[in-house]
Amino acid sequence: MSRDTALVSADWAEKNLETPGVVFVEVDEDTSAYDTGHLPGAIKLDWKTDLQDQVRRDFVNKDQFAALLSERGIANDDTVVLYGGNNNWFAAYAYWYFALYGHREVRLLDGGRKRWELDARPLTTEVVSRPAARYVAQQPDHTIRAFRDEVVAAIGTKNLVDVRSPDEYAGRLLAPAHLPQEQAQRAGHVPTAISVPWSRAANEDGTFKSDQELRDIYAAAGLDDSRESIAYCRIGERSSHTWFVLQELLGHRNVKNYDGSWTEYGSLVGVPVALGDEPGKE
Amino acid sequence: MTASTTAGCAAPDQAAPLPASLDLEKETVITGLVRDAAGEPVAGAYVRLLDSTDEFTAEVVTSPAGQFRFFAAPGTWRLRALSRHGNGDLVITASRGINETTVPVALD
Repeated sequence: MSRDTALVSADWAEKNLETPGVVFVEVDEDTSAYDTGHLPGAIKLDWKTDLQDQVRRDFVNKDQFAALLSERGIANDDTVVLYGGNNNWFAAYAYWYFALYGHREVRLLDGGRKRWELDARPLTTEVVSRPAARYVAQQPDHTIRAFRDEVVAAIGTKNLVDVRSPDEYAGRLLAPAHLPQEQAQRAGHVPTAISVPWSRAANEDGTFKSDQELRDIYAAAGLDDSRESIAYCRIGERSSHTWFVLQELLGHRNVKNYDGSWTEYGSLVGVPVALGDEPGKE
Repeated sequence: MTASTTAGCAAPDQAAPLPASLDLEKETVITGLVRDAAGEPVAGAYVRLLDSTDEFTAEVVTSPAGQFRFFAAPGTWRLRALSRHGNGDLVITASRGINETTVPVALD
């Protein structure tokens, strides 16, 4: 994968809003954002109600994903362009789902809603409906998804990349600072994980930094690209952003997103936890 | 709507009253308005909270009345606002409880 096959610019998007076979999909952390104005023709996926199983803590399975895309009018040969607010966190999370279920042509809109709004490009509240399609999802690709036992086993052996803010990594905060801090689980990070906040990969307008800048950032942080990598955050959406950078932009192989992330790991009984600004020992 | 961590990273309503359960003895709330060069509140501005090493910590979008709010920790923070009315910066030293401020934005 590379920037050319994974990312589209706002200029490209604006020119292709009506191109047949290109479907724009908004996925936001604030699930009401779409209703206040969206890209013309774009449909919405709700990361909580559409993409998560509503009973157990897991995301939708292959059949649920196929049924969802069929109902929303997305076909297997469509090019899906994902975008959203909060620097594309949840759009990247959805991108990872599309990759996991084997969608062939999927892209992220560089800069997401933020760059689009700051550029004063067109937004509309028009209701969009697409005729139903028949979508067939592939078996989930578990080479890009990590589960908890793999994370424990990766301590000291694989690249563990903690993409939360430095204060969350060190255990001084339990959540991003736009949310209240009352939480029960333990603070800290997985021992030996390096701290590379997701935000270092993005410019302040939400667009991604250049490939060379990105390579320099992860090299300086001590990421060994000959080894497998697992990225994690708090609930798996910011780490999707970093998974996207490492695998889809920089072309690293064997990169997994640990979607259980700190809300799972920090509540496990008996696993090692490191506090402070250093990676810590095995 | 109250801000809730059980909702994951869902963006809380920036204009909502502080949740009654919020413990201001423990929380460090940084809140305020983004105003343009004419002093008018700026709705839909992107406000970024950067720590004392200039590392990104959080970002919110201002309410229709131009309000933003962060739950941080005591210390020095930089607020950076981006909007169609221009950008602006402000450094704030926050302590426990509510810290109110105004971030001015202006076109270059």
